[in-house]
Amino acid sequence: MRICCCVKRVPAPGARINVTADGQAVDVAHLGFAVSPHEECGVEAAVQLTEAHGGEVTVLTLGAPEAAEQLRYAASVGAHHGVLVPTDGSGWDPQRTALALTAAIRTLEEAGGPFDLLIFGNESADSGGFQVGIRVAVALGRPMVGGIKGIEIDGPTVRARRETDAGFEVYELPMPAAVGVKEGINLPRYPTMRGRLASKRLEVAELAGDALPGGQAMRRLHRPAEAASETVILGTGPGAAPSVVDVLADLGVL
Amino acid sequence: MLLAVLEHDGAAMAEAAREALTFGRALAGRMGVPMHAALIGNNEGALVATAGAHGAEVVHTALHPVLSDYGPEAWGEVVAAMVRRLAPGAVLAGGSDRGNEVLAQAAARLDVPFVANCLDVDPADWSITRIQWGGSLLEDVSLSAEVPLLTCGLHSVAAETAETPAAPTVEEFAVDLDAALARTAVRDRVVLSAGVTLSTAPVVVGGGRGVGSAEGFAPLEELAELLGGKVGCSRAVTNNGWRPHADQVGQTGTRIAPQIYIAAGISGAIQHWVGAMGAKHILAVNLDPEANIVTKADWAVIGDLHEVIPAISAEIRARR
Ligand SMILES: Cc1cc2nc3c(=O)[nH]c(=O)nc-3n(C[C@H](O)[C@H](O)[C@H](O)COP(=O)(O)OP(=O)(O)OC[C@H]3O[C@@H](n4cnc5c(N)ncnc54)[C@H](O)[C@@H]3O)c2cc1C
Ligand SMILES: Nc1ncnc2c1ncn2[C@@H]1O[C@H](COP(=O)(O)O)[C@@H](O)[C@H]1O
Repeated sequence: MRICCCVKRVPAPGARINVTADGQAVDVAHLGFAVSPHEECGVEAAVQLTEAHGGEVTVLTLGAPEAAEQLRYAASVGAHHGVLVPTDGSGWDPQRTALALTAAIRTLEEAGGPFDLLIFGNESADSGGFQVGIRVAVALGRPMVGGIKGIEIDGPTVRARRETDAGFEVYELPMPAAVGVKEGINLPRYPTMRGRLASKRLEVAELAGDALPGGQAMRRLHRPAEAASETVILGTGPGAAPSVVDVLADLGVL
Repeated sequence: MLLAVLEHDGAAMAEAAREALTFGRALAGRMGVPMHAALIGNNEGALVATAGAHGAEVVHTALHPVLSDYGPEAWGEVVAAMVRRLAPGAVLAGGSDRGNEVLAQAAARLDVPFVANCLDVDPADWSITRIQWGGSLLEDVSLSAEVPLLTCGLHSVAAETAETPAAPTVEEFAVDLDAALARTAVRDRVVLSAGVTLSTAPVVVGGGRGVGSAEGFAPLEELAELLGGKVGCSRAVTNNGWRPHADQVGQTGTRIAPQIYIAAGISGAIQHWVGAMGAKHILAVNLDPEANIVTKADWAVIGDLHEVIPAISAEIRARR
């Protein structure tokens, strides 16, 4: 199987997310970066599928040159190839991102043959546009379903499970296909010693790519207003239990 | 007109669709246009009536064999066809998995922008405030589009019927769909627990890294059971493999809305908080009086959860 997994480099914020003074970006002065969580699970799913069925995983990212770090991380957990579409690091709107990723996938397919499966995150952790994967799949004419928490390959078909309130829905997509996955589809592995070596040896391929901006332009980021709260301390240690149960009784949940 | 795309399961209208109708009614008012609704794969009188009760004046129904069950491609294609033929001034759906998916499909097919999870929309110049980071941050965007395609953030408005409900006109929207679009339709369904789920539980007892192990959750399970609730957890817990991801509360987990959330050994990072903030009340149990969750909670107990949680259960039993 040939699988392409699209990942985005995002800040790894701590307890709160701060915005730069000009409101143009997340303040990353003291932050590390990571692969967005749904996509980290996407890489794991891709690696598991090639372990079971053979084949190779190509991880593709569009972003600042430093996004090569995230490709190396993917290699450390089993991805075979890493491809970077470098930008100046500014936030691209979803239409522009999708156009450039589509072009990159076309180039990779011309060189190495079609991908049986394209894996995206359901949504990126930071901008959360809920659309880049779908736009790419539509442009390439591939069936695509999002919200996926289980994938099996059955001959020429991808059986995919999507969680709902009541249970799950099953989809059967003819390959070549595309899915948007969610955290919980698996528990991503940690890099091993061998993985770390593979990550060092990874040759990050670069593909130049750009596209015209789309119709959605970011003006400013800001934090939602926080409701001020007065916390009532009910006590310290187990001695506080009776006060807690009084509260539960008042709320009528006992 | 403004076109609201309705999510339904064939029998009932999804909560997200009633939210979209509520949000859409206000937006259509500001645009000075009527609200219409798109009912895809169905023309049930009950669904039409619900749309009317929420202010839709016309319901466009699209029926076709390919639409006999939900499928993102076919639904997206129908919305795209409606945009082309009915020329709405804006299209809106609820910010659910399906709502976002269908509008993204439609936008891709029409090659127009799509703005997901809007909280505030000014139709005068289409300046919009939308959700980033699952609600931890907001983004102001300006939209320039032939037709704005939007979803409203899930639960950002409470669904309410209109003061003057309409008896909507039903207009059949003839669609000619490629049978191949059935490739992304639902093939099968597996129904699991019909009972209380994490997102609907009246009480959630949450555990974080402070619980320390999978076994450490037993007292939390016990308390949840006493209160007829469910156990939730933080991402630190799922990452350690102590609980399944289905129990995770937060940006990449479940959004909960219980009467009370008892959060034990959880620091309350913003990505956890956005999943918990729908709780009516929060009680934190934490060793650290400065922990985020403690400062944001209604009530807190400062102490070791391994002692406090069993003591609460014992007290409940003693009073019964
Ligand atoms: C893109 C992204 C998405 C994310 N999505 C989610 C998400 O959906 N859900 C989520 O939860 N997190 C999410 N996170 C992770 C989040 O940032 C935090 O890392 C995580 O919530 C921390 O979990 P925690 O509170 O259990 O652990 P910690 O932050 O380590 O806190 C442990 C707490 O337990 C207390 N404690 C320790 N021992 C005891 C004891 N014996 N008794 C009482 N208290 C004790 C400590 O004082 C501390 O406050 C996400 C992060 C990113 C970057
Ligand atoms: N810059 C990017 N590089 C690679 N993949 C991306 C990028 N942006 C978005 N994606 C993919 O598209 C998915 C949806 O993104 P979004 O539309 O931003 O929510 C993500 O989960 C990624 O898989």
